[in-house]
Amino acid sequence: MELLSGAEMVVRALRDEGVKYIYGYPGGALLHVYDAIFQQDEVEHILVRHEQAATHMADAYARATNKAGVALVTSGPGATNAVTGIATAYMDSIPMVVITGQVMSYLIGEDAFQETDMLGISRPIVKHSFSVQRPEDIPSIIKKAFHIAQSGRPGPVVVDIPKDMTTPTERYPYDYPANVKMRSYGPISRGHSGQIKKAVDMLLAAKRPVIYTGGGVIMGDASEELVKLAQELNYPVTNTLMGLGGYPGTDRQSLGMLGMHGSYEANMAMHHSDFILAVGARFDDRVTNGTDKFCPTARIAHIDIDPASISKTIDVDVPIVGPAKAVLKEMLELVAEAKAKPDAEAISNWWKQIDEWRQRHGGRFELGDKMKPQQVIEMLSKVTNGDAFVCSDVGQHQMFAAQYYKFNKPNRWINSGGLGTMGFGLPAAMGVKLNFPEADVACVTGEGSIQMNIQELSTCKQYDLPVKIINLNNQSLGMVRQWQDMNYESRHSQSYMQSLPDFIKLVESYGHVGMKVERYEDLEGAMREAFAMKDRLVFMDIYVDPFEHVYPMQVPRGSMRDMWLNKTERT
Amino acid sequence: MRHIISVLLENEPGALSRVVGLFSQRNYNIESLTVAPTEDPTLSRLTVTTIGNDRVVEQITKQLNKLIDVVKVVDLSEGDHIEREVMMIKLKANGQMRAEIKRTADIFRGHIIDVTPNTYTVQLIGDSAKLDAFIAALGTASILEVVRSGVSGIARGEKVLSV
Repeated sequence: MELLSGAEMVVRALRDEGVKYIYGYPGGALLHVYDAIFQQDEVEHILVRHEQAATHMADAYARATNKAGVALVTSGPGATNAVTGIATAYMDSIPMVVITGQVMSYLIGEDAFQETDMLGISRPIVKHSFSVQRPEDIPSIIKKAFHIAQSGRPGPVVVDIPKDMTTPTERYPYDYPANVKMRSYGPISRGHSGQIKKAVDMLLAAKRPVIYTGGGVIMGDASEELVKLAQELNYPVTNTLMGLGGYPGTDRQSLGMLGMHGSYEANMAMHHSDFILAVGARFDDRVTNGTDKFCPTARIAHIDIDPASISKTIDVDVPIVGPAKAVLKEMLELVAEAKAKPDAEAISNWWKQIDEWRQRHGGRFELGDKMKPQQVIEMLSKVTNGDAFVCSDVGQHQMFAAQYYKFNKPNRWINSGGLGTMGFGLPAAMGVKLNFPEADVACVTGEGSIQMNIQELSTCKQYDLPVKIINLNNQSLGMVRQWQDMNYESRHSQSYMQSLPDFIKLVESYGHVGMKVERYEDLEGAMREAFAMKDRLVFMDIYVDPFEHVYPMQVPRGSMRDMWLNKTERT
Repeated sequence: MRHIISVLLENEPGALSRVVGLFSQRNYNIESLTVAPTEDPTLSRLTVTTIGNDRVVEQITKQLNKLIDVVKVVDLSEGDHIEREVMMIKLKANGQMRAEIKRTADIFRGHIIDVTPNTYTVQLIGDSAKLDAFIAALGTASILEVVRSGVSGIARGEKVLSV
């Protein structure tokens, strides 16, 4: 058997796991590992400018491919800088392996230079973590890390490696295990047939059904089965923020997103439904609004890989623990065999009702003198034929992108849904572009979010990552300002953005292309030009109406149907 | 309602902190917690008593099950079970209180395990309610120190919690 040092084992194990890129930043505790990286060329390291960006790049790769991304950061500040990225992945159940350097094992606990208790700090935001105690354990720990990160309900796994576990002169036999066996961990591979049958019976008997799906359909690779089931039954489908693209957004049966900024028709349909089939969604507070008023007439069947997500906030009638793909497949078979068929008249009346709701709002917004952010997203959708990877930051622009970009494919909408991490967008776009060099990759952001990781423009230059940055510049923290307008009598406490840089000059100084767009008439031409520049990063600084709000917006603690539809009208 | 949750846990560094951290992270309450290795040194047995409604306790058991180091979880309070707790209580014992404390300890089947001219240390084993009752029965005796082990539990009958 080949003898390798701990440092070499880290790199070799990543290679054997099929990892092409790792994202990271070197430091004292990782110097042996970085030396091992230098001496091979199968695993390529991408040097970011801040560790948070490394985790977001790894995370976005995972969101686009459903495979674990890998970040490599040093001990102490390197590790703590990665914490936000780990929490982002954790909240959205994204598979990721984060390797953190650690001080020498005999120094742990002595407040050594760049020491931090990374296992302790990251404990509440990881699926699991490992501390390497013996160099010869490195291959099996890395194998387990990938297995845990990618199976069951995915999530980030931290592997903390003290520097003396990687000493170049100490060599051990290297054998990368083919399989993992853990007595305490065995993700479920299919749902309970009796429960599935019960859910199918209810599904077929429903008169006002809604299929409500989340990130579990995307990460569970169940989009194809979902589309088949929904179309077989002619039932409406609504997606959570994390579930967009799970069902094609331009299809007639799509009601769009639901929840706080969900479409009027989606929220109305949920509220009035008599049966909800929830698939890989977790009844998050941004979806349910007031839980005591949630969908009063609906019975609910809930498919989820994580039993703890079932009946956590909303009690359900039929819990089904299992992977969305396998359960939906079984449902499709049962529907095909079933003697009972959906009540055609009831379903047709239900669609009539839904179409009336669509007429009432249907995602309309008022045009004004200034360019509206919604218009920019609609243009982005048009220019990219709805086929781009859209990597979003957090705020109003994120909601506009979710509402107005019509995703027809899964894994194309890359955003921080659960944690709501500003600064996610640009590194996410970089992670996607690196792995999908031929695809159109847009970063939809605002002048607030983009400045949280703007240093990565330098990484984009180094690795030639021609992403298109769509900066919806409203000179304010739009979502904060909207809440202040609605709940704090427009006292705009700290929600304005003064002293903005000249973004054009800024991106030019990094060697990229900047475009300033102030009039809607110029938008289409500029955007087409930007996307035509295949090998250049283009930063589009687009000035939009600073007073625009995101609507619909649910009234806090109300039911699903209690919404503001614009600044003056509510349901 | 009070629940006794038994957990079989990998005897790994950090495993206990994951369990304890889960309780604080998710705002669950811990009344008592005991942990020690089992006959298999790779496994620890942990008993948590907690107070919560059915939904909370269901979440607790589900979330515990999700921890990678957790091998098995059982809510003992769902079935017949035995719970025991050890208490050592140091009391001021002079004059006629000396006989009084001895009598009360006998009634509760406690043992005096340490004696000085002025103090008794009583050891008592039982369920938590019995230990509470003993403290109440001591009345005016002055308590110097109380050490309770926290609850350990096991199911009655042939049911076992093992790998």
